[in-house]
Amino acid sequence: MGKTLAEKVWDAHVVRRAEGEPDLLYIDLHLIHEVTSPQAFDGLRATGRSVRRPELTLATEDHNVPTLDIDKPIADPISRAQVEALRANCAEFGVPIRPLGDADQGIVHVVGPQLGLTQPGMTVVCGDSHTSTHGAFGALAFGIGTSEVEHVLATQTLPLKPFKTMAINVEGELPAGVTAKDLILAIIAQIGTGGGQGYVLEYRGPAIEALSMEQRMTICNMSIEAGARAGMIAPDETTFDYLRGKERAPEDFDAAVAYWRTLTTDPDAAFDADVTIDAAALSPFVTWGTNPGQGLPLSASVPSPEDFEDPSERAAAQKALQYMGLEAGMALKDITVDTVFLGSCTNGRIEDLRAAAEILQGRKVADSVTMLVVPGSVKVRLQAQEEGLDKVFEAAGAQWRNAGCSMCLAMNPDKLRPQERSASTSNRNFEGRQGPGGRTHLVSPQVAAATAVVGRLAAPSDLVEV
Amino acid sequence: MDKFTTHTGVAAPLRHSNVDTDQIIPAEYLKRITRTGYEDALFSAWRQDPEFVLNHPVHATASVLVAGPDFGTGSSREHAVWALNDYGFRVVVSSRFADIFRGNAGKGGLVTAEVDQEVVEQLWDLLDAQPGLEVTVDLQDRQIRAGDLVADFTIDEYVRWRLLEGLDDIGITLQHGDAIAAFERDRPEFLPTTA
Repeated sequence: MGKTLAEKVWDAHVVRRAEGEPDLLYIDLHLIHEVTSPQAFDGLRATGRSVRRPELTLATEDHNVPTLDIDKPIADPISRAQVEALRANCAEFGVPIRPLGDADQGIVHVVGPQLGLTQPGMTVVCGDSHTSTHGAFGALAFGIGTSEVEHVLATQTLPLKPFKTMAINVEGELPAGVTAKDLILAIIAQIGTGGGQGYVLEYRGPAIEALSMEQRMTICNMSIEAGARAGMIAPDETTFDYLRGKERAPEDFDAAVAYWRTLTTDPDAAFDADVTIDAAALSPFVTWGTNPGQGLPLSASVPSPEDFEDPSERAAAQKALQYMGLEAGMALKDITVDTVFLGSCTNGRIEDLRAAAEILQGRKVADSVTMLVVPGSVKVRLQAQEEGLDKVFEAAGAQWRNAGCSMCLAMNPDKLRPQERSASTSNRNFEGRQGPGGRTHLVSPQVAAATAVVGRLAAPSDLVEV
Repeated sequence: MDKFTTHTGVAAPLRHSNVDTDQIIPAEYLKRITRTGYEDALFSAWRQDPEFVLNHPVHATASVLVAGPDFGTGSSREHAVWALNDYGFRVVVSSRFADIFRGNAGKGGLVTAEVDQEVVEQLWDLLDAQPGLEVTVDLQDRQIRAGDLVADFTIDEYVRWRLLEGLDDIGITLQHGDAIAAFERDRPEFLPTTA
């Protein structure tokens, strides 16, 4: 019997296999950032260990960094200490770093792909759950904890139990105005936040093949929100075209492509589970609750807890409505927002900014709304400026910021105030995620832009022509 | 790491599903660069509510947490495990754990005992009827004992062995240095480097 894509990549990285033990897997690329690495470096120091392959490791500063006044020292002393700890650790252990102010600084999951470091068939890890993003290239990429960060630093390997595999077949074509973000939110709503638990998801089918690399990254990024460790998409011409000419792309590109072409699921391979989604039936999607599975088409109304048969889901819905300050039955499009956040490793790439700018061109952000535009990396920011997108955002009344994770998780000064409500292109609508007491609705960049104009959750199709 | 064989302690019922790691420890506390001292951070938002289960004096010494399905979803932050440990928890019982959290727990010596949701409900009812009840979690026999209730739990066999022996993963892997070096000699040359 043939192998799935995930199994091929797994098998190509087994350093050691023994009965009753996890496989020891080799790691091709280890990305690190300031939040989940300091204790790992402390562990190395305490045991007198070194970093085995610093040249397969790359650090960047993203979670804590401010998006204003980046030429000044970081104002928050605790954030500053953490960023400085990363710089000191990288210097001590010889790990390459792209610090604040560097042309390649940015969110770790935006930086890796834009440098061409993420390539098909690789194993990629990072102390960050959204490492699943890199699966868009046909890499096996997953988030790890700090003990595992230490393990990879010391050994360039991880002991792991094989994952199960799940095919997410996306049939048909996405209708005009429906984005990769809407698709992944709909997938999560269908399979649930625990639906992918224990699985590597492989997104397949015509609607996936039609997506750009950046859209594929949006899809794979949120695999973790479905409970999966990783999401993958088989590499194809779109992947090769994206990588060609990138700084770290293989010198012998053709030889690499010849190998990459073998990285598809064999026709006779079997998945442990299968899910099918009809792309043509989808429309813009938005979350109403406090976990990413609590989502609905934007045209729907806030559900009632009684709508849920499962007692856990019913209790969760009850609690979510209370936290979100919503009444069952109200139209989602009647929900007013205070803040719109465009950015994050989910939707902070150039295509996301272009899509939002296209909608904001010639329009104004509503007076009641504050809109933050935070590019995923310095490169994305510079590219956007070259295209004049910054001028479009500023003319519309949005704030044009510097690169980082920003309001996705509110570790820097960009936070919601208690009870403040956002439409956010990020990935998590957990209680307090964007600031204590803040309320988050997850949306696509297009819905974010339209919402900023209207002041209520809105799709681009709700806007009057300009 | 200390060996874990069996543990008996006060259990607290956390009647929530989808307890994500942002709830276990909000991002604000992740700015610290230490590995300990996170007891104040555990469930810090929920602990503002005087009615929250851990604020009940009977649960002051709780060391077993009994929660609904999808415990530990979301962010990979190992701080969630450190915060539970620092607060005094040795075991979390749930009907389903998120993968990364479960992996982190195994590294940090925190036992994740997976049982059917039916057993979780029985434990919740028991703990509501007898607040402060002590529960025994026996890793050797993979069994939870509370009052008259006896239930088997599941945990990854390799993780269980490591916890029982108190072994450090990195030390185990470094014994296979030759295999790692051999693998490295055969890696394709076109693979990228960061330097």
